[in-house]
Amino acid sequence: MEFFQRFAIPHPSPAIYASMVAIALVSIGIVVGLTYFKKWGYLWREWLTTVDHKKIGIMYLLSALLMLFRGGADAIMMRAQLATPEAKLLDAQHYNEIFTTHGVVMILFMAMPFIFAFMNLIVPLQIGARDVAFPRLNALSFWLFFVGAMLFNISFVIGGSPDAGWTSYFPLAGNDFSTSVGTNYYMLAIQISGIGSLMTGINFCTTILKMRAPGMTLMKMPMFTWSAFIANVIVVFAFPVLTVALIMGTADRLFGANFFTTSNGGMDMLWANFFWVWGHPEVYILILPAFGLYSEIISTFSGRNLYGYKSMVWSMILISLLSFLVWTHHFFTMGQGALTNSIFSITTMAIAVPTGVKIFNWLFTMWKGKIRFTTPMLYSVGFIPLFTIGGVTGVMLAMSAADYQYHNTMFLVAHFHNTIIPGVVFAMLAGLTYYWPKFFGFMLNEKIGKTTFWFIAVGFVLAFFPMYITGLDGQARRMYTYSESTGFGPLNMVSFFGGALMAIAFLLIVYNIWYSFKNSPRDIGSDPWDARSLEWATHTPVPEYNFARLPQISSSQAFWDSKKNGHVLFKGEIEDIHMPNNSGVPFVMSCIFFVAGFSFVFALWVPAVIALIGVFVCMTLRSFEQDHGYHIHAKEVKETEAKYGEVLNNEDRSRATSRV
Amino acid sequence: MLRKKWTFLASMMALVLILSGCEPLLVLDPKGPQAERQASDIMLSIGIMSFIVIVVMVILAVILFKYRASKLPDDYEPPHIEGNHIVEAICVGIPVLIVAYLSFVSVQSNYIVESAPVGYEEQEPLVVYASSSDWKWHFSYPEEGIETVNYLYVPTDRPLEFKLYSYGPITSFWIPQLGGQKYAMADMVTTLHLAADEPGEMLGRNANFSGKGFAENTFNVTAMSQADFDDWVQEVHETAEPLTESEFQELLEPGHLGQMTFTGTHLEFSPAPEHNHDSETTDTEADHSEHSSHDESHTNEETDHSGH
Repeated sequence: MEFFQRFAIPHPSPAIYASMVAIALVSIGIVVGLTYFKKWGYLWREWLTTVDHKKIGIMYLLSALLMLFRGGADAIMMRAQLATPEAKLLDAQHYNEIFTTHGVVMILFMAMPFIFAFMNLIVPLQIGARDVAFPRLNALSFWLFFVGAMLFNISFVIGGSPDAGWTSYFPLAGNDFSTSVGTNYYMLAIQISGIGSLMTGINFCTTILKMRAPGMTLMKMPMFTWSAFIANVIVVFAFPVLTVALIMGTADRLFGANFFTTSNGGMDMLWANFFWVWGHPEVYILILPAFGLYSEIISTFSGRNLYGYKSMVWSMILISLLSFLVWTHHFFTMGQGALTNSIFSITTMAIAVPTGVKIFNWLFTMWKGKIRFTTPMLYSVGFIPLFTIGGVTGVMLAMSAADYQYHNTMFLVAHFHNTIIPGVVFAMLAGLTYYWPKFFGFMLNEKIGKTTFWFIAVGFVLAFFPMYITGLDGQARRMYTYSESTGFGPLNMVSFFGGALMAIAFLLIVYNIWYSFKNSPRDIGSDPWDARSLEWATHTPVPEYNFARLPQISSSQAFWDSKKNGHVLFKGEIEDIHMPNNSGVPFVMSCIFFVAGFSFVFALWVPAVIALIGVFVCMTLRSFEQDHGYHIHAKEVKETEAKYGEVLNNEDRSRATSRV
Repeated sequence: MLRKKWTFLASMMALVLILSGCEPLLVLDPKGPQAERQASDIMLSIGIMSFIVIVVMVILAVILFKYRASKLPDDYEPPHIEGNHIVEAICVGIPVLIVAYLSFVSVQSNYIVESAPVGYEEQEPLVVYASSSDWKWHFSYPEEGIETVNYLYVPTDRPLEFKLYSYGPITSFWIPQLGGQKYAMADMVTTLHLAADEPGEMLGRNANFSGKGFAENTFNVTAMSQADFDDWVQEVHETAEPLTESEFQELLEPGHLGQMTFTGTHLEFSPAPEHNHDSETTDTEADHSEHSSHDESHTNEETDHSGH
């Protein structure tokens, strides 16, 4: 019995028991359903072993939506607890666990897979490639992310959730002050999914550098691909820091190393430094692809080319460099002195300049355009003013002397939500609506989509703007309650109301998917939005080989030029297409990683070592494997193409115009 | 679009009402020179930033109004515009000027808040060692030989020098109305310079999350005239019990305590981690050279260590 006691929840509540039952029932339901409908084979062949970037993208997308609800449930519980002074809904321990998991889930298991989803779905299409450079590695990246997310999420039913904040500052996160296994989960789950992210970074850098269609020079890449490229360069430089920091943290907790302890020569602020050397670039990893999506969407729905393409590219490069030079602004109050603070204050404010350039470029893209207010465009138009507010409050926080008053308060919480929600979340929802037809073959309902936007925008303003005020009134972040005499009550109630509106908006998204699946017409063609870049030049839904013939590129909006200016995208005969084989190894290897991670969390050394050996066995087997992929023969491709029929027609049309 | 503008207007109105309303916000209601400097920085940046936000919103509103498809003729074809060097130079130039100005102010403020408060440079500061333990604050007055728990008495019109450290997780010592916060850590001592201009009661707290009892990790601050402060010191010496080592160890146990008063300080048997990193031998010399070159004699211990 003693052995099993370690798996018990140290601080249970009825809600957690209810979740346990719900998780068990859903799992049983899934197994029974798959067996009953005889879908195990389908699941294995089409999804678990796939190396197709589109399917991997869809799996990232679904995981991200799932995690959005997990993180959203945490958020609404926090807002409910703080809505009234001295509320008893949650106690301190539960509140601490909830804001910790909210932060980790939203950043690492919602926002990251969301941007990886779009990179996977869009980048190969935008550069006219058939897949990414290393398709099997890509599958491994996804499954590592997925098992990492699952490992993190089981913490609240087995062993207890982490409770030291998403930043997990030592010594609070050390064994002395965090006695449950929660922080072990934090270290190992993020480690496993972080390895996946690092692989994605390498994969996409290679893909974008080596696999562009003929004629697509770097400065002719669509803006989303540019943003994905720069984000992945940041991934490659930033994630190793996280990996090392997490290994050191794990060593502290499991093996009694003293990297971050306060005795035996450890340095507690060393963790904070490592964390933010990764953590600050991380926010640019999230926001740059979002900028890329906005660039595509604003350009499409303004009917205009992107204004200032070159300055857009250079501003992103500059942002990526600066992102590594600002980490200390997360702890101006550490006591490092006026000189250090001054340097980091200036580098931080400097980021406002390239970011401002981008805002103006989007405005000038709409200028003289023909603006259509579709759902994706509404998100983009809402993004500009709201993100500007988030950006300028960032400049306020960058004034280090004043930051002594903002630090650790709700003002800061308001600021980073004000950049992440209109910046990243709006972009993801805009991208979801914009690219949905490309991959699922039907449009999401515009009316429900627009209603959702208004709910989420108004909800956002009501939820987060009051925090600027309570922050300046002295409300510290991460407090599970406050007394009535502080006067924080009414504004926190407004926040809760705003949070509720956002919750309704997220339910509307699910309703919209279901409603559109039932009711939307399926004959939408391959270009329902009258778009401009290459991903719209192939069929809808996209065939597994993406393009029957590789496109010939001569501008950054190749598809638009082929529609309007008579450029010929596809030339020559259809030939055999070389494709990568499916593989079950990434899935199996990730499951072994899960076992290893779980065993390490509970310091079960025997299974941990066996699982780690299993990981290396998988890698060794791979290095001896001969896998040359397979060919789709020209005849098959032609048959598939004939079924669609449309791209060929398109091409004829553009040929006709070019002759005129 | 109209709906959004109204939402925005309404929220701005609410903001103005609350900002100008009956109760001033703590941070914008300074009672000392440091907090005053920070409040003026905050108001300055709010002003400049509001201007930027308004400019962006006006441009956006005009563009959305003028170029929406429903208002343009069906055959209108938007032009292809690559960019314009002059326009882009303006879009870079103006933000650069604004950032340069704010950087200038920011650097200046950094040196101001990191040294003795303006107007108090001549006076000898009152040194208070403020240490945190889960989830309490211990205030030691070495000169006066007094130690308090969870409350702080300070004289007005005299510079205050807080030496911060922690018996546990990183905490952050914060009295919003006197000035911004600074971390208290277990393996080093940080210094925070404050001063109180007028007598009164204020709120202080730990602002950095430190576990289960974090929300209640607060203390009361009372500023009073030097004469009243001297009276209090004398009264404590007459009435309070001495602090013993075993009693102090009990106080450090995790939990919450009310306000307590002792004579003597824990510094005698449990000194602050001021110079425990490496060589103690050359401290005095190194300190001198370090300080004369920096001209900020008490800013922080970290620089001292790196100087060795």
